[in-house]
Amino acid sequence: MAYPSDLKYTKEHEWIKVNGKNAAVGITNHAQEQLGDIVFVDLPKVGTEITAGKPFGSIESVKAVSDVYAPISGTVTEVNSELTSAPEKINQNAHSAWMVKIAIKNPAELNGLLSAADYEKFVAEEG
Amino acid sequence: MKHQTRKATRHVSQNEGLIFEKSSPGKSAWRLPPLDVPEVDTQKLLGAARRTDLGPMPEVSEIEIIRHFTRLSTWNYAIDLGMYPLGSCTMKYNPRVNEVVSRLDGLANAHPYQPEKISQGALRILKTLSECLVEITGMDAITLQPAAGAHGELTGLLMVRAHLHAKGDPRKKILIPDSAHGTNPATAATAGYAVENLKSNAQGMVDVAALAAQMNEEVAALMLTNPNTLGIFEQEIHKIADLMHAKGGLLYMDGANMNALVGKVRPGDFGVDLMHLNLHKTFSTPHGGGGPGSGPVAVKRFLEPFLPKPVVVSKADGTLGFDYNRPRSVGRVRAFYGNFGMFVRALAYIFANGPDGLRQTTEDAVLNANYVRKGLESAYDLPYPTPSMHEVVFSDKLQAKKGVRTMDIAKRLIDYGFHPYTTAFPLIVPGALMIEPTESEPKEELDLFVEAMRSIAEEVDEDPQMVLAAPYSTRVSRLDEVAAARNPVLRWKPKG
Repeated sequence: MAYPSDLKYTKEHEWIKVNGKNAAVGITNHAQEQLGDIVFVDLPKVGTEITAGKPFGSIESVKAVSDVYAPISGTVTEVNSELTSAPEKINQNAHSAWMVKIAIKNPAELNGLLSAADYEKFVAEEG
Repeated sequence: MKHQTRKATRHVSQNEGLIFEKSSPGKSAWRLPPLDVPEVDTQKLLGAARRTDLGPMPEVSEIEIIRHFTRLSTWNYAIDLGMYPLGSCTMKYNPRVNEVVSRLDGLANAHPYQPEKISQGALRILKTLSECLVEITGMDAITLQPAAGAHGELTGLLMVRAHLHAKGDPRKKILIPDSAHGTNPATAATAGYAVENLKSNAQGMVDVAALAAQMNEEVAALMLTNPNTLGIFEQEIHKIADLMHAKGGLLYMDGANMNALVGKVRPGDFGVDLMHLNLHKTFSTPHGGGGPGSGPVAVKRFLEPFLPKPVVVSKADGTLGFDYNRPRSVGRVRAFYGNFGMFVRALAYIFANGPDGLRQTTEDAVLNANYVRKGLESAYDLPYPTPSMHEVVFSDKLQAKKGVRTMDIAKRLIDYGFHPYTTAFPLIVPGALMIEPTESEPKEELDLFVEAMRSIAEEVDEDPQMVLAAPYSTRVSRLDEVAAARNPVLRWKPKG
């Protein structure tokens, strides 16, 4: 699996795609593989403040319920409500199925995230 | 011995619909005698609350009811049919002596509102079982009220909170290792605490350095399962307890795996402040559909004032009674006194075994798990080679190379005549196969199981597609778990 190089990644298996002062957040293909078939996605409300490293939502698969962690801090500006009725979109294409869009609070936090190559290496070592 | 199913074979299992579908108007299983008391005017008594339409209740004859449930029972798997190695669940044999004792007239027909003076036998059972469990755990006092393990956890955390509030030191967080039972974080959240995850080290135990870094005056308690869900004893338990106590926190032990410790080591002696027991695991009362469960919580002396009320006490005249005057109690957590029938069974089990028998039970549970581990470690990946206690956790790493995952192996195991092991838990092992044979299994059954698991590993090598399409011997093969989770249909409705 090639991880898109225009995304940044976390060791908790989230991706973030920066677009100016805003960013979209989702979970990686590796994460959806580990979770298996996703049956429910719990997302925050627009306007929620999320904090880097803290859970902002959860994903339920046939195996388990897992927290989704914020790669960086920010305010939720948009929620992908399509995932509520069609959570399988994450299984089908994890890197395009964004969960929330946020207004970035502190762009410097992006420097602490992994590049596609680093993340791929991390996953290979972990597995 | 590969590709043979020495234990299982096809047997008759009859098709059966829902009991509602058998219904036809006017049929019944009973004919009641004529009314011999004055008839009550329900219309006058209940007014608008009176119901005349009971909805679609099935109208069937007695033999149809009996056949319906007997046919369904033939689709089932039970510990009385064979090994049930569902890791973490401790599906041990439920000895028949438990059932004989619990059916004694005075016990089976006792009423919770009976006056104390004619309930002395039942009270004696509560008191004696309490004393036995306190002795086994090395604690000081106990409540038998909680209805199962997670309910025990919640009762425990309510006592932790009451204790800290009484000290004027309310705290916000509960630490929980990443190998914990899923109920632990759910309990902490239900009790109003924030949950903080604690990472395991490479040996599969609590990382003591990480605990030292995360422990502070905001933490109310650590919820620790010992042995943990990898079946590994927390060897640094004394250090863990000291770290918690030094900063004013409590050590809660999830006693789900107490069947690995009974008669060998006592949590009260290694620094645990409070813990729950699962009578439906360690003490052989029915687990699963046969329940109900029972989750007593044992505590050290300083938590005793907070126990749920009422508690059983000896009165001045030498009789036993209930004490409701417990101003610091967290209150009642269960109707009446808990699941009394389970107390009778657990006490029967304890007395039937005696101290040496219980110790032997623990040794046999650990021996059986290690026998299975030895038999399978050349066929399956063992992610944590730390010595095993009562259960062993493999991963599907070797089989995953052929595209076969833990769930597929579990499905194939059904064809060999066994209940599946626990799949995909604990979460820290990707693709976990969690196997707990319990002490109930004779060597012959363990050999059949090891042979079946080794045979499946060979099948994966030779013909993975065959394993991926299993099971073949069941009424239905793979159920669509995803559709069931995404779109659950929970109610039957009559057609038309």
